[in-house]
Amino acid sequence: MIEIENVRKSFGSLEVLKGIDLTVQKGEVVTIIGGSGSGKSTLLTCINGLEPIDSGRILVDGTEVHAKGTDLNKLRRKIGIVFQQFNAFPHLTVLENVTLAQRKVLKRSRAEAEAEAVKQLNHVGLGDKLKVYPGRLSGGQQQRMAIARALAMSPDYMLFDEVTSALDPQLVGEVLDTLRMLAGEGMTMICVTHEMKFAREVSDRVAFFHKGVMAEIAPPEQLFGNPKDTELQKFLSATH
Amino acid sequence: MFDTALTAADFVFLAKGAGVTIIVTLISVLAGTILGILFGVFRYQVGAIWAAPLTFVLDIFRSIPLLIQLVLANAFIGTILQIRISGFTVACIVLSMYTAAFCSEIVRGGIEAVPATTRRAARSLGMTWGQDMREIVLPLATRVALPSWIGLALGVMKDSALVYVVQVTELLKSTQILITRLQEPLLLLLICGAFYFVISFPLARFGGYLEKRWSND
Amino acid sequence: MFNYTFQWKQALARLPQMLDGAIVTMQIAILSMAIGILLAVVLTMFRLSGNRALSAIAKTWVEIARNTPALFQIYMAHFGLGSFGIHLSPFASILLGITFNNAGYLTENFRGALKAIPDTQTRAGRSLGFGAAGAFRYIVLPQMLRISFLPMTNQMVWAILMTSLGVTVGMNSDLYGVTQDLNALTFRTFELFAVAAVIFYLITKVITLGARLVASRLFRY
Ligand SMILES: Nc1ncnc2c1ncn2[C@@H]1O[C@H](COP(=O)(O)OP(=O)(O)OP(=O)(O)O)[C@@H](O)[C@H]1O
Ligand SMILES: [Mg+2]
Repeated sequence: MIEIENVRKSFGSLEVLKGIDLTVQKGEVVTIIGGSGSGKSTLLTCINGLEPIDSGRILVDGTEVHAKGTDLNKLRRKIGIVFQQFNAFPHLTVLENVTLAQRKVLKRSRAEAEAEAVKQLNHVGLGDKLKVYPGRLSGGQQQRMAIARALAMSPDYMLFDEVTSALDPQLVGEVLDTLRMLAGEGMTMICVTHEMKFAREVSDRVAFFHKGVMAEIAPPEQLFGNPKDTELQKFLSATH
Repeated sequence: MFDTALTAADFVFLAKGAGVTIIVTLISVLAGTILGILFGVFRYQVGAIWAAPLTFVLDIFRSIPLLIQLVLANAFIGTILQIRISGFTVACIVLSMYTAAFCSEIVRGGIEAVPATTRRAARSLGMTWGQDMREIVLPLATRVALPSWIGLALGVMKDSALVYVVQVTELLKSTQILITRLQEPLLLLLICGAFYFVISFPLARFGGYLEKRWSND
Repeated sequence: MFNYTFQWKQALARLPQMLDGAIVTMQIAILSMAIGILLAVVLTMFRLSGNRALSAIAKTWVEIARNTPALFQIYMAHFGLGSFGIHLSPFASILLGITFNNAGYLTENFRGALKAIPDTQTRAGRSLGFGAAGAFRYIVLPQMLRISFLPMTNQMVWAILMTSLGVTVGMNSDLYGVTQDLNALTFRTFELFAVAAVIFYLITKVITLGARLVASRLFRY
C-alpha cells in the first residue's frame, strides 16, 4: 500500500505540491492526469525518494520514504519507475540493460538474472532483441525495454511517468498494450498520462492535478462522465 | 622563505628570461598561425588525397618530441648546411612549424564545421569563392577555431620552455641557472611557475568562456 | 649537394641500444597513463563529491597541470620535492611529473565527458536501487571512458613525447637519454636523432592506430 499524507514540496519559492493526500491499495491502478507543470512527475519522484519533500509523509508498505533511517536503495527495489525519456543505458545490450541491476543490486547470479530478463523481455515483446544495443531500437522498443528492466527487479509497485509522450503516434499503442497487460495481471500502478482513453480503460481511479493540488479523484466513469471541478471540466473539454 | 639569497640582479635575470619566452612565443604563434591558415585552407580546398604529402609532413611535427625537432633543426642548419644562425632563429623556425602543424588542423576543423548547405546558399546568392570565404566561412569557422587556437598559443608558450636545447635562455632555463647557483629550487620554481600560470590561466579561462558562449547558439 | 657526409651506418649500428631505450620510454608512458587515469577518476569523484576541500584539491591540480609547462612539473618533482628532503631518482621524477600532467588533463577531459552524459542516466540507475557509487561505477563511468577514449589516446601520445624531458633531470635510459649519450660518444647528432625521431614517430603511429582498433572492438554501440 502507498500512503501519501499531506505532502508539500517546493522548488525554491515555487510550491509544486500543495498538500497531496492519496492512498493506493495493493492491486489498484491509479492514473494521474493534469496540465503541464501541475506537479505530477514531482509526486512520482517523491514516492521513490528521488526528490525530498518539505512536509507530510509518504509510506510504502508502512515504511516512511523520507524518514532518516530509511534505506532508500532497498526501498526502491520495491518500486519500479519508468520515465518519459526511456533512459536506456546506451553502453549495454538490451539483455545487459535488464540484467545489470538484478546482478549488482539484487545479487542474482548471471544465469538467474538472464532467465528473468529473457522472461520479461519476451513479456514486452522484445525476446528477439537481446544482443542489440538500445541505439538500434525504436523509441517504443526502448520504452518497452525500460519497462522490462523495471519489472525484472520484481517490484511490488510500478510508477509510469508519461511513458508514451516522447513516442511517435504509431508507437504509442504497443507501449500502452504493455501497460494494459500489466494492469490486467494485477500490478499495483500509478500512471501519469495524457492518454484519456487509456486512463478510462485501465484505471480503478483517476486523479486530476491542477497547480499542485489534487483537485478531484474518482473512478473513471464518474470523473470523465460527471466532472465536478471546474478546472477539470475545462481540462477535459480542451483535450477532446 | 623571504630569507633568501635572491638579489635584484637575479630578478632582472629572470625577467629577461620571461621576456625571451614571450618574444619567442609571439613570433612563433604569429608566423605559425599564418602558415597554419594557409596549410589548413589548402588542405581543405584540394581534398585529403592531394593534401596527403603536406598532411604527412605536418603530422611529423605532432608525432616526435619537440626537443628532437629542435636538435635536428639545429644540427641540420648548423652542421649540414653550415649556415650560421642564432639558436634564437632556429627556435623560432621550429616552433613556427610546430605551431603551423597544429594550427592547420584547427583551421581545417573550423572550415569543415561550416555546414555545406550554408555555403551553397551563399554561392547560390551569387557570392564568389572569395566572398563566401570572407563573409560566411571566416566568421563561422572562427567561432569553432578560436577557443582551440587560444589553447594552442598557450601550449606553444609552455612548450617554448624546451628551446634551452638550442642555447636560448628563456624563463625556465634562467630559473635553472639560478637554481644551480643559489640552491633555492623551491622558491625559484614557484616564481617561474607563477609567471606561466598568471599568463596562461586567465587566457585559458577566456577560451573556455568563448567556447561555452559560442556553442550555445 | 652538402658539404657533409652522412654516416647512417654508425647511427644504425646503435639501433639495438636505442630500441632498449624505446622500451623504457614506453614503460614510463604506460605507467604514467595507468596511474594518471586512476588518479583522474579519483579527482573527478573529488569534483563531484560536493565537498569543498576535495573539489579545491582537484581544481588546483587540474589548473597547475594545464597552465604550466610539463618541464616545470618535472622540475618540481625533481628539484622542488628535493627541497623537502624528498630526493627522487630520475626515473621516479619523470614518472611523477608526467603522471601529474596526465592526471590533470584527463580530469578535465572526464569532466567534459560527464557533461555529455545526461543526469537522467544516474536517476534511472538510482531508481533501480543503485547507490550513488554503484550508479557511477556501472552506468556513468563506462560511458565516460568511452567518450574520453580518443582524448586518452592523445594524452598517451603526449606522454610518449614528454618522456624526452627526462634528460633534464638526469634520465639516460629512455630513448632520448640513450640517444643523447650516444651523441656524446660519436657526435653524429643529426643521424642519431633522426633515427630516434623515426622510432618516436612509429611508436606514436602504433598507439593511434592500435587505439582505433581497440575502440572498434570495445565500443560496439
Ligand atoms: N528540479 C527542479 N527544479 C526546479 N523546478 C522544478 C524541478 N522539477 C520540476 N520543477 C518545476 O515544478 C513544477 C512541476 O513540475 P512537474 O514536472 O512535476 O510537472 P508535471 O505535472 O509533470 O508536468 P508535465 O506534464 O509537463 O510533465 C514545474 O513548474 C517545474 O518547472
Ligand atoms: Mg511530467
